Amino acid sequence: MTTTTPDRPDPAGRELPAHARPLGARLAAGAATPGGAVYVLVAVLLVSIIISNPNFGDPSSLIRFAGRTAPIAIAAMGQYYVIVSGEFDLSMGAVVTTQVIIAGNMAGESAGQVVPVLVLMLLVGVLVGLVNGLATTLLRVPSFIVTLGTMLALFGIVRYVAGVAPAGNPVDEFRQIGRGGIEGVPVVEVVPYPLIIVVVLAALAAYSMRRPFGRALVAAGDNSEAARLGGTSVWWIKTRAFIISSLSASVAGIILVGYAGGRAVGEGYEFSAITAVVVGGVVLGGGRGWVLSAAAGAYALELLFVLLTVLEVPSTWRPSVQGLIIILAVAASARVWQVGRRAATVPDPDRSGPGHPTQPIPGTHEGEKR
Amino acid sequence: MSATVTSPRGLRARGAGLSSTAIVYLVLLGAIVIGAILTATAGRNFFSSGNISAILTATSILGLVAIGQTLVILVGSLDLSVPYVVSLSSLVGGTMMAGQTGNIVPAVLVTVGVAAAIGLANGLIVSQLHVHGFIATLGVGLIVSGYLGTNYKGSAGSAPGAFRAIDETKIGPVPVSVLIMVAFAALAILLLQRTRIGHHMYAVGGSPEVARLSGLRTSPPVVVAHVLCSVMSALAGLLLLSRLSVGSPTIGSQGGYDLLSIAAVVLGGTLLAGGRGGILGTLGGVAIFAVMDSTMGALQVNPFLKDVVRGVIIIAAVAVYARRNLQVRPARFSAQEAR
Repeated sequence: MTTTTPDRPDPAGRELPAHARPLGARLAAGAATPGGAVYVLVAVLLVSIIISNPNFGDPSSLIRFAGRTAPIAIAAMGQYYVIVSGEFDLSMGAVVTTQVIIAGNMAGESAGQVVPVLVLMLLVGVLVGLVNGLATTLLRVPSFIVTLGTMLALFGIVRYVAGVAPAGNPVDEFRQIGRGGIEGVPVVEVVPYPLIIVVVLAALAAYSMRRPFGRALVAAGDNSEAARLGGTSVWWIKTRAFIISSLSASVAGIILVGYAGGRAVGEGYEFSAITAVVVGGVVLGGGRGWVLSAAAGAYALELLFVLLTVLEVPSTWRPSVQGLIIILAVAASARVWQVGRRAATVPDPDRSGPGHPTQPIPGTHEGEKR
Repeated sequence: MSATVTSPRGLRARGAGLSSTAIVYLVLLGAIVIGAILTATAGRNFFSSGNISAILTATSILGLVAIGQTLVILVGSLDLSVPYVVSLSSLVGGTMMAGQTGNIVPAVLVTVGVAAAIGLANGLIVSQLHVHGFIATLGVGLIVSGYLGTNYKGSAGSAPGAFRAIDETKIGPVPVSVLIMVAFAALAILLLQRTRIGHHMYAVGGSPEVARLSGLRTSPPVVVAHVLCSVMSALAGLLLLSRLSVGSPTIGSQGGYDLLSIAAVVLGGTLLAGGRGGILGTLGGVAIFAVMDSTMGALQVNPFLKDVVRGVIIIAAVAVYARRNLQVRPARFSAQEAR
């Protein structure tokens, strides 16, 4: 978290180590952490795609790609809140599906229904997050199990209510949220609404992580006992993280309505989001990683898939590449975060052995001890 | 059974009594009683030999997978690659047998060997590269799934009659497939209770750092657990092959064996964080699922609502265990010592 530390001298009057160096050196140091390396990865992928297929470098096609990738980036940022607090949200895909079905069945007739349905969808998102959060924190059920349960339950309810008939199509006004954009912009032709949404949400997310809420969240993920003793109400902090996660899945669902209305839309979304977060250098287990890197992780993954398409690798190999990438990303970041941490602290003579990161499995421990 | 190994001595002294395994079986008993009553109201007999053997058959495949998953969870890891190993095994087994009885033995050996290699990869990635079990096995699972998607467009292979007989044969109301599952459960219990590596699994799962400081090598138990888990999944895949007589690239993911087996393990009272629990509890958890399914089937509950019920029951059960664990855990130090 060194580079996001606010710029102020510490009480002892000396500068914080992270600020002792000039900006260039700090940027270089940041890029060497897993959370920074993902931006380098995005740049490298982008350049290699443009080299093999110059059409992709066209501003209008770049911005369309950015808009298309927005839902998964939003979901990844939401998942980040839960993961950095040391938990898991597996219900994300089910939430996306639920929202797509709600939109399809309730916003079918007139434009006047769009706003009430949007409000309803966001309320459903809040409710699911609240259930996940409270079951994890107050009932002390591991979040892996809680969100697995809500995933099963949501998928079941949605399929029961929606029946076997295909989901209806929502009105065009609703679909415009995901499909449309501001037309007639110079250079890029069109600025897709999803891109605007993801930029606004990213700004909000970056701001929130610098607020006391964000600090407390990271602290709770790093060591929830210490955070509790430090006066944080950990249960409420984590519950809010779950609500944010569900809300972000809801927003992703709202955007995805514009692309497709099928019932398979949300399936596997939670694993994609977790993959993106992990590629963004965020450590499962909590307490390490940056929110914008999670979004960058989503873009890195999608760019990788574009690159595979450009290189004409059969699409059936996509899962294999994705699997390889996440293993490599996590193996590398396990190493680098550790090295970065060791360099930053005073050598500790008591430190025994190679000190490998035996992080607890996030979401598998009892939720909160209050 | 696991209580004698894992629970603190204070548990008995305070008269808190029941081990978590006992609770699981009480829940199972309750589920059977409720199931029998509900099935009777639907005008059918829960204890008819047809129904009993259907329930038992339903336990065999998830049971095998869950036995392996228990070992992995006990060492503090997870295995999400299970469904793809199941599919791959059914395909490798099916294509190698190709309907020839003589090929059964080599096919089974090769299948188990392939699965063991996948498990070895999982275990080494988790223990040597220090990648989280969730990510390592998700990644390996995705790699296998890409292989399956690229090389198999649909069902392939065929099982000879002698192999199909494994699934069809019954001894009384008990299918042979269940006996196979129970035999492996017994072996796994022996492994955990009577061997050094089994005890090390509990130690590493409880606290890898303490285990390491106590002089254990922490990698071998993790690797062995992952290898055994993949082998169990391969056996489940072979059992599916003998049931369906063809291998299928999607059979594992359709069954949702990754998340369901984890749910069964947790329903059986094993801590998801590792270090506490056991095979007997897992078998109870699998049986609870099977009884629930059978009852809801008899009541003709909408299949989608079944998932809702499952989800709610999983959360509720674990909430009960979590509460109980907290209550019976004795204070580590008296207030004086702590100061």
